[in-house]
Amino acid sequence: MATTPTSTPVPKTNRIGLSIAEYKGGKTTLCAGCGHNAISERIIDAMYEMGVSPERVIKPSGIGCSSKAPAYFMSRSHSFNAVHGRMPSVATGAMLANRNLIALGVSGDGDTASIGIGQFVHLMRRNLPIIYIIEDNGVYGLTKGQFSATADLGSKLKTGVINDLPPIDTCVLAIQLGATFVGRSFSGDKRQLHSMLKAAVAHNGTVMLDIVSPCVTFNDHEGSTKSYKYMKDHEEPLQDINFVPVFEEINVEYDPGTTVEVTMHDGSRLRLRKLEEDYDATDKILAVKRLAEGHAKGEVLTGVFYVNTQAPNFIEMLNMTDNPLTTLPESVVRPGREVLEQVMEELR
Amino acid sequence: MATTDVALHEDSGSLERKRVVNDMSIQVGTVNGSGSQSSNTVLLRSIFQMGVPVSGKNLFPSNIAGLPTWYTIRANKDGYIARKKEIDFLVAMNPETAREDVMSLAAGAVALYDEPLNLRTLRNDLVFYSVPYDKLVAPVCPEAKLRKLVKNMIYVGVVAKLLDIDMAEVEKAIRKQFAKKVKAANLNLAAVQAGYDYAAANLLKRDPYHIQRMDKTTGKIIIDGNSAAALGCMFAGCTVVTWYPITPSSSLVETMIEYMKRFRIGPDGKATFAIVQAEDELAAIGMVIGAGWAGARAMTATAGPGISLMAEFAGLAYYVEVPAVIWDIQRVGPSTGLPTRTSQGDILSIAFLSHGDTKNILLIPCSAEECFTMAQDAFELAEHFQTPVFVMSDLDLGMNNWMADPFPYPEKPIKRGKVLSKEDLERLGGFARYKDVDGDGIGYRTLPGTDHPAAAYFARGSGHNERSQYSERPDDFEKNMERLNRKFETARSFVPRPVLISNGKSKIGIIAYGTSHWAILESRDQLRKEYKVETDYLRLRAYPFPREVHGFVEQHERVYLVEQNRDAQMLTLLKLDVRPELVTRLHSISHIHGLPLDARSVTDEIIMMEGK
Ligand SMILES: Cc1ncc(C[n+]2csc(CCOP(=O)(O)OP(=O)(O)O)c2C)c(N)n1
Ligand code: SF4
Ligand SMILES: [Mg+2]
Repeated sequence: MATTPTSTPVPKTNRIGLSIAEYKGGKTTLCAGCGHNAISERIIDAMYEMGVSPERVIKPSGIGCSSKAPAYFMSRSHSFNAVHGRMPSVATGAMLANRNLIALGVSGDGDTASIGIGQFVHLMRRNLPIIYIIEDNGVYGLTKGQFSATADLGSKLKTGVINDLPPIDTCVLAIQLGATFVGRSFSGDKRQLHSMLKAAVAHNGTVMLDIVSPCVTFNDHEGSTKSYKYMKDHEEPLQDINFVPVFEEINVEYDPGTTVEVTMHDGSRLRLRKLEEDYDATDKILAVKRLAEGHAKGEVLTGVFYVNTQAPNFIEMLNMTDNPLTTLPESVVRPGREVLEQVMEELR
Repeated sequence: MATTDVALHEDSGSLERKRVVNDMSIQVGTVNGSGSQSSNTVLLRSIFQMGVPVSGKNLFPSNIAGLPTWYTIRANKDGYIARKKEIDFLVAMNPETAREDVMSLAAGAVALYDEPLNLRTLRNDLVFYSVPYDKLVAPVCPEAKLRKLVKNMIYVGVVAKLLDIDMAEVEKAIRKQFAKKVKAANLNLAAVQAGYDYAAANLLKRDPYHIQRMDKTTGKIIIDGNSAAALGCMFAGCTVVTWYPITPSSSLVETMIEYMKRFRIGPDGKATFAIVQAEDELAAIGMVIGAGWAGARAMTATAGPGISLMAEFAGLAYYVEVPAVIWDIQRVGPSTGLPTRTSQGDILSIAFLSHGDTKNILLIPCSAEECFTMAQDAFELAEHFQTPVFVMSDLDLGMNNWMADPFPYPEKPIKRGKVLSKEDLERLGGFARYKDVDGDGIGYRTLPGTDHPAAAYFARGSGHNERSQYSERPDDFEKNMERLNRKFETARSFVPRPVLISNGKSKIGIIAYGTSHWAILESRDQLRKEYKVETDYLRLRAYPFPREVHGFVEQHERVYLVEQNRDAQMLTLLKLDVRPELVTRLHSISHIHGLPLDARSVTDEIIMMEGK
């Protein structure tokens, strides 16, 4: 499997001495060919290659086939299968409690764009440190194939029902609301998704990735705009994405004329070779405009639409003590007798 | 709206009655947002500082400014601090309600009013005093726009003079109220003095009411239940608070923010807590659960509408077994019902909150002291039993001013329940999250971030086996449900015990809980003194019911369960618990007027039901 442009052979263990097996999960119970399974594979690869300690990772999810996926990768990480549409709040609470955790939230298009849209927008707004993945198939897989709110106008269900409502573009929303790393990919685009996930690990703040992930059982037919075939025909990558982690040497120079290099929070580099002349992933307004144009033209744009490595994340804004709140001893969290006496005196 | 319903009596009799010392209720009728809160607090504090037991209750509308509001102060030498049904001394400041307020007074009561209202003509069986507030306020308050506020201080001075409240105490109360704002304190003091002087020069005392110094408040504090709860949570070591504003719970978190900023900033200048205003109650409880799962002491505070939104998550927390503390400051009804009126209407829905089989632990404070101590109990129990714990306060307790003994410093160390560390896991080699190792139904948990390859488990709802693996096997499900039941049964002997007052001979038992307590204390004395009816009393402090609750029902022929809801909610829970043949012993006395419970109503009802 190709990882970096230099194609160094994948070592048997990663930089923290773990083999890839340590990143595996339980055996999947999702349908064979379901896009969600491919995403799980990419997550395993990315976490392994980035040398993330599985014990630091939490995998909150909502409800849906997609939200079941955390059972199928990284068993050494804690998971929390929450209630439908409410993964963001559980993730937020956990990150407040322990700021050292690395949150990888998994949701579906139904879970996020319908029942969970309220929590979704507020999580984006807070720029919580989290990798928020929408495994987007345009339908409710787990409840057997109803349209979701990301289904495209005019797309057709297996039953012949045509969707006559416009889709919610979760990437546009995320960019507008304050997420600081926003992209779209495709479960079948191994190389792009892999680089994007690794960059996501290096980012500080909310990473929102909408990953088109075909549902082979309910939405992979002619007339669907979230099928493998439709994606193969319509995927329009904005950039060629290369990610160079901080712990890897850079062997290849890049051409500043054609490539934008973004230095990530941890010093890693994200290299975006422009496939479109004037696209600039640090320009919010441009990103939203380009996405709107894409919709008008019927393209499925993929790539890193927006990245901002400077904005403070939610946890930083709260001015919390450096040690996780969960670890604070009684002597720190229970004020002394003199404090109670002082307060009582004030109330006399 | 009148807050009492006593008919007008023609035969008022002589107004030269016997002196009534340290036993009266004062009601101030004002307009919401007119700043009368400070005046009322000063009046309350002044009486308190005179050593006389007091309580203050604000009856306010769901409105920011403009609608009528009443504040009732009860002073009582015997320490009765429940709402008193009858008003003895009315301060009629609101032109809109003054008429009705006066008409609803019992004969012999006092009405102090703004001169232009000319209320004197309404009745001839009351003691009237009038004060030309506008004339008095102008000289003490040159700034016209402040006059509306300062005007209210004038009645404090008038009342002080009429009731013999020491002006030195009034001044002390003002200085406290305006703490660092010396200018404001002086301005208000001048207004009080103007009222006092006016009364001294112009009003001839014709009513029997007097405040006389005594020593029943020495060392005590005045605090509202929400502030007490906030302090309790701070001293309980709470680290994560998430909330969504709703009356009457908002002040709990807002006060907590103030205290935490003062006392929970570490030496590094950084917070040892996180307080987040969530986008709604769904998110608030979700954050609490996320934080509790990750190992923080986390809480939220809300009222009925928020509780409804939290239902699904509460059930998940019950099954995933995550500690959480939820304060429900109960109020009346949904939506725009009577959001600013008190109630005990969420008992039944919270006991079983969520879908499927769910049973929750409820703690029920009756006082500011208990808001403080039960905050700590709540966190201890939530972590010990790994489950949501609901603290059932109410608007009366949460938002009104109560006398209290100084709070005891928590002596017991904080215990975090059955949590396995990295070292434990090294020793054990692994663990099964939902295995009942100790026979109490409580499993061992690990926290995310624990640096051991065997630490992780998959937190999910009901469909799991002992190892927290997904399972739809009937035996796994049944076993888990039975264990959860065992855990709930264990909780019976861990929750705060009921408080029993018994002479061992009475056939009549009263059961009550929360703020009804204060009316019951007084009502039992009324029953004894006026009707020679002896009663035993058991005050519930928690659900599930400890065993002595069942014993109390066994020992009494008739048990009156007093509560502030329509559907006898606690009685319904008790019916599920006691032996079937005892159910007929239980009788409901319910109050649903949205006002704090008074003793007289309870007494009347018990006497009626006793057929006396
Ligand atoms: C409150 C609530 N309402 C409805 C459901 C039923 N439900 C389960 S999954 C789901 C839709 C999931 O769709 P999506 O998030 O797109 O996930 P997918 O299965 O497509 O991966 C629904 C409606 C539920 N679990 N909870
Ligand atoms: S139903 Fe669709 S979404 Fe669900 S597992 Fe099967 S293919 Fe995937
Ligand atoms: Mg879906």
